This record gives sequence, structure tokens and C-alpha cells, in this order.
Amino acid sequence: MVSVEVKSIVKTYGDVKAVNDVSFEVQKGELFGLIGPDGAGKTSLFRILTTLLLADSGTATVEGLDVVKDYRKIRNIVGYMPGRFSLYQDLTVKENLTFFATVFSTTIEENYELIKDIYEQIKPFSNRRAGKLSGGMKQKLALCCALIHKPVILFLDEPTTGVDVVSRKEFWEMLGKLKKQGITIIVSTPYMDEATLCDRIALIQNGSIMSINTPGNIVQRFPKPLFAAKADNIYKLLHDLRADAEVESCYAFGEYIHLTMKANDADALSVMRVAGRNNLEGLEVKLITPTIEDSFICLMNENSE
Amino acid sequence: MKQLLAFIRKEFYHVFRDRRTLLILFGMPIVQIILFGFALSSEVKNIGIAVLDNARDVQSEQIISRIQSGSYFQIKDAALNYRDIEQRFKQGEIKCAILFPLNFGSDIYKTGGAQVQVIADASDPNTATVVTNYLNNIINNYQQELNPTAKLAYQIIPEMRQLYNEEQNGSLNFIPGVIALIFMIVSTALTSVAVVREKELGTMEILLVSPFKPIMVLIAKAVPYLVLSLIDFIIILLLSVFLLNVGVRGSLLLIFAESILFIITCLSLGLLISNLTTSQQTAMLISMMGMMLPTIFFTGFMFPLENMPKIFQWISYIIPSKYYYAIIKGVMLKGLGFGYVWKETLILAGMATGLLFVALKNFKIRL
Repeated sequence: MVSVEVKSIVKTYGDVKAVNDVSFEVQKGELFGLIGPDGAGKTSLFRILTTLLLADSGTATVEGLDVVKDYRKIRNIVGYMPGRFSLYQDLTVKENLTFFATVFSTTIEENYELIKDIYEQIKPFSNRRAGKLSGGMKQKLALCCALIHKPVILFLDEPTTGVDVVSRKEFWEMLGKLKKQGITIIVSTPYMDEATLCDRIALIQNGSIMSINTPGNIVQRFPKPLFAAKADNIYKLLHDLRADAEVESCYAFGEYIHLTMKANDADALSVMRVAGRNNLEGLEVKLITPTIEDSFICLMNENSE
Repeated sequence: MKQLLAFIRKEFYHVFRDRRTLLILFGMPIVQIILFGFALSSEVKNIGIAVLDNARDVQSEQIISRIQSGSYFQIKDAALNYRDIEQRFKQGEIKCAILFPLNFGSDIYKTGGAQVQVIADASDPNTATVVTNYLNNIINNYQQELNPTAKLAYQIIPEMRQLYNEEQNGSLNFIPGVIALIFMIVSTALTSVAVVREKELGTMEILLVSPFKPIMVLIAKAVPYLVLSLIDFIIILLLSVFLLNVGVRGSLLLIFAESILFIITCLSLGLLISNLTTSQQTAMLISMMGMMLPTIFFTGFMFPLENMPKIFQWISYIIPSKYYYAIIKGVMLKGLGFGYVWKETLILAGMATGLLFVALKNFKIRL
């Protein structure tokens, strides 16, 4: 069953193509991730799907409703959490929640089950003004407010940006629980490590989708063996590898350098031979499984060629 | 309905939790009334006057004591010579001076025509005119008392009456003006800022993606400010009655009804501004520059419209506060009934409907 269907959506701002011919489908009950850096067009897509923006061309439906024609009906059934913290800073936690519950013609009690797990965590602060909450708390409150009317589908635009690691982890656990209740969730994030927590992801760059698949499949489709290399002088190593004719691509990745070779049958030994040409000390090379980020960089390079 | 009430309650939270808004809402009307009522008075009182009495006879003393007895003049200790007077004019200590020549008293009786010199600082022409008129009156009165029996053969005595404001209370004129000004600030500026704030903070995004009708956002924003404007209105009325002794002559009900009409006009303007702007600063600037200044200049409460060049007079016809000012002045101060202000009311109602229509029409249901 299809929950969201996007067909060749294009959105431009002046000369900038924010969304360039994007199409995808999201199944009911799926946790779908839009993964891409800032300015990739994620927010524009969200706004088009939540009926806040009109696309230049293309069509989109949410639960079978057209985003242009049936905008009013869509607004009744979706939960939306914008990228910026968008609750009333001068209202307390409780007041914010009560307000949004009333605006959606419901009460906190009616749908308390749905938000219980999340709300319990911020309940001790229910009389604190929203503006005085920590980043993680704010996001939990915003999620509560987006959920209070029991939406069929949830749009979360970068919910974990600017949130500490622990809160991020908790937030994703909550999304998992919501998914179990049958809510379709579309979430965007610039953090590649969060991508693996989604059922399916779309890698998006410069307004275009580069790949849509399960995180596992995306990683599996990595075209070549990927190696990680390290040396005491890592800058020199990176410099040397970039200059080497046998290396296809290499980039810094945490404390390692990730690289692929032009030869399809390269192994750790052949990489060691190439990397060791300049006798760097502390040299270390190993074959690794690529991450989503490696796939993203690989796809990005393919696209730019 | 429940949604609307929740929204209105939320709006009151915003107002009562923001000190700046509270200050503008309740501090400003009080300060303005007190400022206009006491400090910025156009009445002439306690004018510094220098007296150079070369005659030092009974007649000159009598005139001086009359000058002294009213509340208009305040004699800065008697000057010694002409140069002394000039010095004091330059220092701004005095606004006028009166000089009695030698033999002033005896000249009256012997030659039948004594002279007295009155000098006024005309760098402020209004004050100079008023001051010389006062002195003229004092001297004329004294002259008539000197020879009460001697009557001119033919005499025209103008019997003057200053209608609607017999005591020449200067507060009367500006109170309707201040009320119009306050409504402009509260209903136009604060309302437009309140709507734009939701846009700036991003809460408008959530409100739009909700079952709440977009138009209701505007109504929910307008209602609290209508109430707050009326509270301000009551504050101003109470202050003017009890502090400035300005009585309300006309029907209180009519005054309230007309005020609500004008508030709705201002609210529509504010909502229109909020539709066209995206930042609180722009909204504030447009309401202040575009709405408040014309209210000050073109309603006639500060500067008489009749003296303005034709083009400005034409501009004044499109300023809503001009009509409101005329209505309130008529009803509150002259005690006129609806029959006398229906034309202005009709124009104001037309403006309100037009502006409200444009504001609602322009409301964006998307970002």
C-alpha cells in the first residue's frame, strides 16, 4: 500500500533548482529516510508534501490525496515537525501541548498512549517554558506536538540536527516505536549514521535523488572493494595517494583514509604496496565494508563525472 | 470554536509574558496622556517677563501688580536698564518685557496720552502673539477703570464666548488625537508584529499544516488586540475625565461603537501589513512610518489641516484616523449625536470593510 507518491517534482527558486525531477514512493508503515547534506532540497520536498509549497511541475499524493487540490484534507491527517524548533518559546511545555491538541480538535488525554513514552521524559519540566528547554528536550516536545492528533503519516524535517548523541539515539528509538504502531514516517537527516535505522532511504544531492534502496542494499551495491589506510603522517599519505595513478578515489574518513583502486581485483596487499611507496611510518591498510557515507560519496563522484 | 478560544488564550499568554508589549500596551497611553496633558501644553502660562519701570508712580505700580496677579506672567526681578533686558532675552529667561517711561503717570493726565513699550520674543510667534494680547488686555482694562465715566459716543463691545471649551482647557483638543494614535499603535503595529512573529519563529508552518482554518489565525490574532485596544480606550477615558477634567458630553455608547469601528479598521490594516511582510522589523517600520506619522500629521490634532497645502489636504482624506478624530471630537467634546457624524462613520465603515477584504484575500494559505 502506497502512502506517499512523488512524481517528477521540480521546484526552483530563481535560478536555483532546489528539487530537480524527484520521484519516489513510500509504503504505508514504512520509516523512510531522506539523506543528504544541507541545501540538498530536503526541506523543499517536505514543504511540498505538507502542502506548504507549490511545486513548479510534477505531482505528489499523500494517502491518495493530491497535495495541491486536497491540501485541506492532508493538513488534517499529517503530523509535521519543521526543521527549526517551531513551538512557542514563551509558553510552557504543557501549554504548548494543550494548545496544539486543541487546534487539532483533540485532547492530551485522548491520545496520551501515543505520546506517553516521549512525554514521560519531559513531564518533569511540564511547567518550564519551551524556550528554556535543552535541544533534545525541545525536539521531544516538538515530536509530542506533532503526534498529539494521531497523524496517519509523520513528516520530520531534520529532527536530530543540533541534538546531542544520547538524545539522538533516544529519538530514533522512539521513531522505531511509532513505526510499530503503524504510522508512516518520513524523516530527513544530514547524519549518514542515522540512515541505517530507516527501512529505506533516498540519497539526495543538489535536488536530485541519487539512489533509493534499503540501507543494506545501498551498501552492498558499492562497486569496488573499499580500503582504509592510516599512517603516522596522515596528511602526507592522503597527498601521496591522491597523486598516485593507481588510486581511483580517496578521502579522509575519521582517523582513516578511505580509498578505492582503479583495478577491480585490488586487495589489501596491492594497496599496501601503493601506499608504502614513500616509506611512511606506522602504515596500516585493511579491507573494510563500506558505510552509507562511502556509498554517498561514491554516488556523488559518479554523478559529477 | 474551542480551537479559536484556545488560540485567543495563547495570544493573551504572549502579551502578558512579554514585558515590552505590556509596556507599549499600558505604559504608552498613560505616558502620552500625561505628556500631552501637562508637559506639551499649548496654553501660555508662567511667561517670564521683565519690567523696567522708569516712572515708579502709582499708575505704573498698579499696572505691574495686575500683571503679577494672574497666572500668565512671572516677573523676573525688575530690570535696571535697557541693555539688561536685551541680555535676558538672549539668555531666554524672559519672553517679553514691559517698559514704562519717566513721568508715565503724569503723562496720562497732562498730555492725555502716555506710552508704554511692550517687547516680545517672536522667535516663537504663537507665544509672542498670545503674550502681547494678554498685556494689551491688561492695559486696556486699566485704562477703562481710570475713567469709567468717560464713554465714547459710539461703542461696539464684542461679547465673546468660547464654545465647547469655555475654560480653554488645552487637553480637549488632543485627547481624541491621542486615542487615535494609541489605536494605531496597538491595533496596527502590535497586531502586525504578532502575526509576523509566527512567521519568523516558524510556528506559522505548523499552524498552516493543521485543521485550523488559515483565516481563523487572523481572527484569533485580531480578537485579543481588539479587547486590549478597548482596555486602553477605557484607561484614556478615565485619565482624561479624572486627571485632565475633560468631561464626556456625548453618548458613551456611541463613542464606544465608533471606537470599535475604528479599531477594526486599524486591525485590518495591521493584518494587511502582516500579510505583506516577513520580518517583525519591517512590519514595525511600516506601521510606524506608514500609519503613525500620517495620523499625527493629517488628523488635524497637532497641525490644523486648513492651513496645509491642497495636496496634503487631499492626502488627509485617505487617512482613517482623520474621520475618527472628527467623530470623537464631535461626540465626546461637543455632545453631538449620530445624526451629525454619520457621514464620517460611513466612510470609516467603508474603509474597514475594504481593508478587511483585502487583508483576508491576501492571506497566504501556503508559505
